[in-house]
Amino acid sequence: MTAVPSAPSRRRGSGGLAATLKHAHYVISDNPVTGLAFFMLLVLVVAAVFGPFIVPHDPLASNTMSALQPPSATHWFGTDQLGRDIFSRVIVATRLDLAIAVFSVALVFAAGGIAGIAAGFFGGWTDRIVGRICDTIMAFPLFVLAMGIVAALGNTVTNIVIATAIINFPLYARVARAEAAIRRQAGFVQAARLTGNSEWRILLTQILPNILPIMMVQMSLTMGYAILNAAGLSFIGLGVRPPTAEWGIMVAEGATFIVSGEWWIALFPGLSLMFAVFCFNLLGDGLRDIVDPQRRT
Amino acid sequence: MHGVVDPASAILASAEQPHGKLLEVRDLTVEFATRRGIVRAVEKVNLTLAKGETLGIVGESGSGKSVTSYTVMRILDRAGRIAEGAISFSGIDVAHASEREMRDLRGREMSMIFQNPRAALNPIRKVGHQIGDVLLQHVQAEPRNVKEKVIDILNQVRIARPEERYHAYPFELSGGMCQRIVIALALACRPQLLIADEPTTGLDVTTQKAVMELVTELTRARGMSTVLITHDLGLAATYCDTVMVMEKGKVVETAPAEQIFRNPQHPYTRKLMRATPRPGIVLGDLLPEGEGGVAAHSAPAVATSDVPLLKVENLIKEYPRQGAPSPLFAKFTGKAVDPKDAIFRAVDGISFEVKKGESVGLVGESGCGKSTTSTIVMRLIDPTAGRITFDGQDIGAIPARSFAHHPIRRRIQMVFQDPTESLNPRYTAARAIADPLLRMGGMGGLRGGAALDDKVEELARMVGLPADLLDRFPHQLSGGQKARVGIARAIALKPDLVILDEPTAALDVSVQAVVLNLLEELKQTLGMSYLFVSHDLHVVRLLCDRVIVMRQGRVVEEGTSQEVLEAPKDAYTRELIAAIPHPPV
Amino acid sequence: MLKLIGSRLATAIPSLIGVVIVTFLLTRVLPGDTAAYFAGPAATPQAIAEIRTKLGLDKPLPTQFVDYVSALSKGDLGTSLSTGQSVAHEIATRLPASAELTLCGLIFALLIAVPFGIAAAVKQGSWIDHACRLITTAGVSLPVFFTGLLLVYLFYFRLGWAPAPLGRLDVFFSAPETVTGFYLIDSLLAGDLETFRAAAAQLVVPTLTLAIFALAPIARITRASMLHVLSSEFIRTARASGLTSKTVILTYAFRNAMLPVVTTLGMVFSFLLGANVLVEKVFAWPGIGSYAVEALITSDFAPVQGFVLAMAILYVALNLIIDLAYGIIDPRARSEA
Repeated sequence: MTAVPSAPSRRRGSGGLAATLKHAHYVISDNPVTGLAFFMLLVLVVAAVFGPFIVPHDPLASNTMSALQPPSATHWFGTDQLGRDIFSRVIVATRLDLAIAVFSVALVFAAGGIAGIAAGFFGGWTDRIVGRICDTIMAFPLFVLAMGIVAALGNTVTNIVIATAIINFPLYARVARAEAAIRRQAGFVQAARLTGNSEWRILLTQILPNILPIMMVQMSLTMGYAILNAAGLSFIGLGVRPPTAEWGIMVAEGATFIVSGEWWIALFPGLSLMFAVFCFNLLGDGLRDIVDPQRRT
Repeated sequence: MHGVVDPASAILASAEQPHGKLLEVRDLTVEFATRRGIVRAVEKVNLTLAKGETLGIVGESGSGKSVTSYTVMRILDRAGRIAEGAISFSGIDVAHASEREMRDLRGREMSMIFQNPRAALNPIRKVGHQIGDVLLQHVQAEPRNVKEKVIDILNQVRIARPEERYHAYPFELSGGMCQRIVIALALACRPQLLIADEPTTGLDVTTQKAVMELVTELTRARGMSTVLITHDLGLAATYCDTVMVMEKGKVVETAPAEQIFRNPQHPYTRKLMRATPRPGIVLGDLLPEGEGGVAAHSAPAVATSDVPLLKVENLIKEYPRQGAPSPLFAKFTGKAVDPKDAIFRAVDGISFEVKKGESVGLVGESGCGKSTTSTIVMRLIDPTAGRITFDGQDIGAIPARSFAHHPIRRRIQMVFQDPTESLNPRYTAARAIADPLLRMGGMGGLRGGAALDDKVEELARMVGLPADLLDRFPHQLSGGQKARVGIARAIALKPDLVILDEPTAALDVSVQAVVLNLLEELKQTLGMSYLFVSHDLHVVRLLCDRVIVMRQGRVVEEGTSQEVLEAPKDAYTRELIAAIPHPPV
Repeated sequence: MLKLIGSRLATAIPSLIGVVIVTFLLTRVLPGDTAAYFAGPAATPQAIAEIRTKLGLDKPLPTQFVDYVSALSKGDLGTSLSTGQSVAHEIATRLPASAELTLCGLIFALLIAVPFGIAAAVKQGSWIDHACRLITTAGVSLPVFFTGLLLVYLFYFRLGWAPAPLGRLDVFFSAPETVTGFYLIDSLLAGDLETFRAAAAQLVVPTLTLAIFALAPIARITRASMLHVLSSEFIRTARASGLTSKTVILTYAFRNAMLPVVTTLGMVFSFLLGANVLVEKVFAWPGIGSYAVEALITSDFAPVQGFVLAMAILYVALNLIIDLAYGIIDPRARSEA
């Protein structure tokens, strides 16, 4: 096939995107919670990108003179046992926490999405192999498997990303598989076969564009889970090492001081985690409304 | 009393009338709160139902016929409410009755049977217990004798081996059997009113006939009143005393059945009447008066030649039977598997021909193998055995997976059953129509451009799709418009053979009338052949020169449309024709 | 019924085989020197070589696998480097602590979440529905270790209602004689109400932590599936037959709505077993989770491997129970067997 795929010129420049944006605007104005989620996302992105430049103190500079101070005008979130400024550490940690989640989700989106769509569309052996891999991963409690993988691969941030991607693989592969499988025999796919599209072209032009939005929702919903998972791993001492600023490890450091009443060390990184996860969960629900208004819950 | 008629005294007055009205609805308006604001589903509806009378409420989708009946039972969902009007049922003010009073009425005095009987039953409760629940609720039985009574009711709805069926779950019963259970449930407490909401839609015609006859017999024997809600004028004509026609939430006409068919008053009723396929008419008769339609089907413009275009010989398609033990399993257990148990023949050695310029109908009930046959001819799946010759070439031997690139691909096209499902939700109408032109019409690439647009617009004109709708996505088009897009796509490459797979089954009758006429017109202009797959002999007759009747994967009868419909030779064909209800000719 | 159990057992076998293969592969095939892990961070090259021979790591892979499986079949999970104890024995003694905590958390979560989800669905749009939606969305955003710490701060430091988060039993009490390994049950069997009260007091806050974590997904799916069932056609039939709303909701809707809930329990168990590790760390709970965490910090791999395997087997068993429960509720699943 030498022909370059091209849409009829009638469609160029009009419709599609504008209509989607219009619908998105409608959904946001109809559901202010989704608007709030977008605002929260903006806050997170700003903190992740500009964090190191806007914080008032050096997140790694310890000062034993001012250790374990409660929140004050100088140290908004107080200081930890080494006298480091918790506010600065919390802001700077955003980049690392989000990066781990974004990379692992991107990885699993590509791998799980491709495997799932192939399994659903081609069926047969592809389906059986992907299904078996999913079943095997799902036979483990996921966090426990992530612990095992990080322990085996080595205690690094990269391996946290890989482990988080692996445990999320079945979620993506199964959603993609189910969506591809119901469309495999759909009328419009059959119609595309009749008009001379090859199976690969059908996969790319008919199936994929219809599944992508659903996968995007899945992505947003699992972002929160990926953040929690990575933070959980560093809470038990895997992946990120001190003195790096990361929310999970900061909560772990603060845990010792909770019983003696120094609540601020664990509280603020913990709240940041909640904020990020809550943001992506709300966003996922909102995106689902945009993609599929019928599935509103 | 403030100039308003006291509903209680009005009801009292009506109850004293000699023939006894059972149900009276006055100026009923029902509103639904939706995301787009308040929608009036039913507006100022009036109806009266006498004891023992059967009333048909007829209308197309969205006419408000189901909402009216749900309101009478007061089982509207949360979003709906009675905005105005009065409903009185044997002296009770339904609109204002307490929920407790209504509960005592429902099931005991008035009950309902639904479309899709399988979904209407609790999937994980034994059917006997479901009927028993209703009897116990209305104190028609006591725990010690409830089973006995249920079995007695199962006997009345002619369920064979009722002791056994008592313990069955809905998934273990056929669709027709499930509908009998639903009827048993509805009639268990001997109510005075039965509302049947599209009770046979989705059932095969022969099952439909049996179910309707059962309902008629039981209600007549008990002197019950019945409301039959249907989109099918033929069904209403056959089983109702009075017919009420609804359109967009309003009643347009109410009259005795005989009268409404002989002498419809309202233009909408006339249009609906004409659009209903019935014996003794031609295709053009389906359209409203003065809209003509195709010249006359009796004298085809393109003479059917004797040259066979498509020849199917001894076609067989086998599938492994669901839940059959696999051969591997058999090896383990040492038990031999009977090949008859393991394999299911969907198509069992059928042969037929379609000549150039001819329309052939492939008719049968669900599961007869007609769709499998058409999908094989379409070369989307491979046959197990048999020959398919198209214009002299053996296309059955070409695997379905590589047929997409075969030059014959463009000469065989298809119009699908569900116009919504057959359009990619992310393609505009123009993109959908252009797809075959881009792939196989040599209009791909950058050369396309303006020429492609012109071609798409020409096709849209041919199928009667306004050019300004071409930029719309499927969800912005009506059912009829989507059907036109599907047809335009199928004829874009000027195919020789178009397979029509129940192309009007999902459409309202008035839209069906237009689409059938369009198909005939296109056939005459473009000189195509049709293979029309359908369950409805009356529709097939209008469009086809010849008819093939299938049953259980085999051809039982074949002949010209006239022969098969007027003088069927096979007993099954006769049964099939007799089962189709139709308005008086 | 026996047929159902048989067929479900048969589907669990491939899962178990997969689990054994993966835990084997985790140690042997992945990059990194296994012997170095087993030897610990401070080992000399000679020591590592010795350990390699001792563990049979110089043999070909299939032979190693056979050795691994045959050791497994004897219940041998290797020896912990730091304690010198048999991993299998250690896990067996610590498992009841984890199981008691997880089960208490789950039961508590179910008791609250299911009625809550049903009430939210039945009274759709009411305050209880809005509360349910808010709590479920917020609940899944809570890091379980963080909730645990907050509750400790509140109930131990601020209010002083709960004992110090230091294990299963206060130091002044001795553990009851082991029968089931569950302190709540064993203390009652021994007739020791004081110990029972002390064990229960230690359990309350960690149970609450796990319950809050498991509550959100259960309430969410209960509400969603109840809403779905309530709008289905057979509910309309039941209402049109005049059945009371109690019968409609309990006999007709509830049992059908439980099917997706039971399925989701599998996922909830997966989360709960993972969360258990974190909660054990927060409350110094002597279960298998904290055992694994300690081993992870000292790079003591045999306990970690044994822990992953034990958790996976436990999880497969739990899924088996869920499948059976599903089969009991749904006649369609029974007939497929």
